[in-house]
Amino acid sequence: MNAVKVEEKLFQNRYRVDAGHPHITIKNPDTCRVQCKTQECTVCCPAGCYTAEGNGQVVLITDGCLECGTCRIICSEHRNVEWEYPRGGYGILFKFG
Amino acid sequence: MAEKFDAIIVGAGPAGNAAAYTLAKAGLKVLQLERGESPGTKNVQGAILYSDALEKIIPDFREDAPLERHLIEQRMWVLSDDSHIGTHYRSDDFNKEPYNRYTIIRAQFDKWFSSKVRQAGALVICETTVLDLVKDDDCVVGVRTDREGGFIYADVVILADGVNSLLAKKAGFHLEIDPKDVALAVKEIHFLPQETIESRFNISGDEGVVIEMVGKITQGMVGTGFLYTNKESLTIGVGCMLSDFKQQKISPYALLEQMKEHPSIKPLLANSEMKEYTAHLIPEGGYNAMPKIYGAGWMIVGDAGMFVNAVHREGSNLAMTTGRIAAETVIELAAQNKPMTAANLALYRKSLDETFVMKDMKKYKKMPEILHKNPHFFTAYPELLNRAAHTMLKVDGVDKKSKEKEIRQSFVGKRSLFGLLGDAFKLWRAFE
Repeated sequence: MNAVKVEEKLFQNRYRVDAGHPHITIKNPDTCRVQCKTQECTVCCPAGCYTAEGNGQVVLITDGCLECGTCRIICSEHRNVEWEYPRGGYGILFKFG
Repeated sequence: MAEKFDAIIVGAGPAGNAAAYTLAKAGLKVLQLERGESPGTKNVQGAILYSDALEKIIPDFREDAPLERHLIEQRMWVLSDDSHIGTHYRSDDFNKEPYNRYTIIRAQFDKWFSSKVRQAGALVICETTVLDLVKDDDCVVGVRTDREGGFIYADVVILADGVNSLLAKKAGFHLEIDPKDVALAVKEIHFLPQETIESRFNISGDEGVVIEMVGKITQGMVGTGFLYTNKESLTIGVGCMLSDFKQQKISPYALLEQMKEHPSIKPLLANSEMKEYTAHLIPEGGYNAMPKIYGAGWMIVGDAGMFVNAVHREGSNLAMTTGRIAAETVIELAAQNKPMTAANLALYRKSLDETFVMKDMKKYKKMPEILHKNPHFFTAYPELLNRAAHTMLKVDGVDKKSKEKEIRQSFVGKRSLFGLLGDAFKLWRAFE
């Protein structure tokens, strides 16, 4: 079961990526690295956008984002996620929804 | 760009479309802004359409709306790791027109609904994200978009921007959502030949089946799973409270993958082709988590206002109803030449109180708390019920009285007699 690859699921989706303009950013990377012991975003993001690096750092790549809002709300102790919707017309484009 | 509208609606989901349609039909000057490439491309739902709420807006919707299957059968499954026990309710009455519930595919449905909004005379602009509300003193007077010179003004702004409700939060109308007040649902759509779906679910023509599931599939979290039949596809998904995901650190896609492997579910999906994977938050905090839904120059409708009846899996009908009633409020005030002040817009809340929307929200207001405090409803009971069925059905030379005793002991052993009575009482109180 651990072998589930979210990339294979996301591959089925349609996106118009706004290259160079990520709509979500980590406000302060040190907060993730030093203060956050749990880093739920790295497990609970349904698109696997957040990766826990070995050194405690969290890396965010928003290309596969499903725009659900999980990461922003789940970061309730540190509020370290700057979360906006993508520019109009960009991001996930659901075929079926 | 100093053009002014009677109303601006942010978002083109069921709530926004209901509001825009109702306002435009009444002859008001309406602008609807949608961030997606076209209406529906940002929207996710199971999805079941409840006819009643839409009939009140577009009575003849069945003539051209893209509907998948009308539902004639509802299954409720309680799952253990390798079995399920449950009920089926199938009625020929649900097979008589006008049909009560349909499965829909939201991207198609929302596009259709939006075409009705345009026909009614509203200006619908897509690919436009609203960044902020524009205020004059404390009154909302318009919006700022991500387009060049993107200020647009209106007498009233209706916020139908969905569960995340960013605009109202940025404007300081409410705080950030608590993880305990939203469920995270993930879902896939699987394609199969129409004949295969009909034979697997014992249906024909446009008949459809819904399966709602609780139990081990949510791995101890408070939540449910579902499987809906569309014409040539199945949607399968699972949703649990975000606070539980957070606490237990469970991966949502691994959860869905494991659910699909359940021996009761796997054969239904066999040989299907998965064509989209989606995720969505559902505002399930209930009445006690509702934000303020109106103020000077603004109203909130649909998911943004926490309008979901989680117990009955209803949301889109609450969205359409709140959208319609917000619009009717504006129409009534405009007809009397009254300004869109907070005091006047209080009529929105007052009118809602008279509908099923607020009555149901109030009825189940204790439910979220009860479920959060009693996760064993989703773990111990499914296990016990399945084991009881297994014990009674397995013919193995043990007499029935001994089997009954074994079952009784398993319940008392797991929950104690007081626990069982307490659970029954809590549930009765919650549904009362």
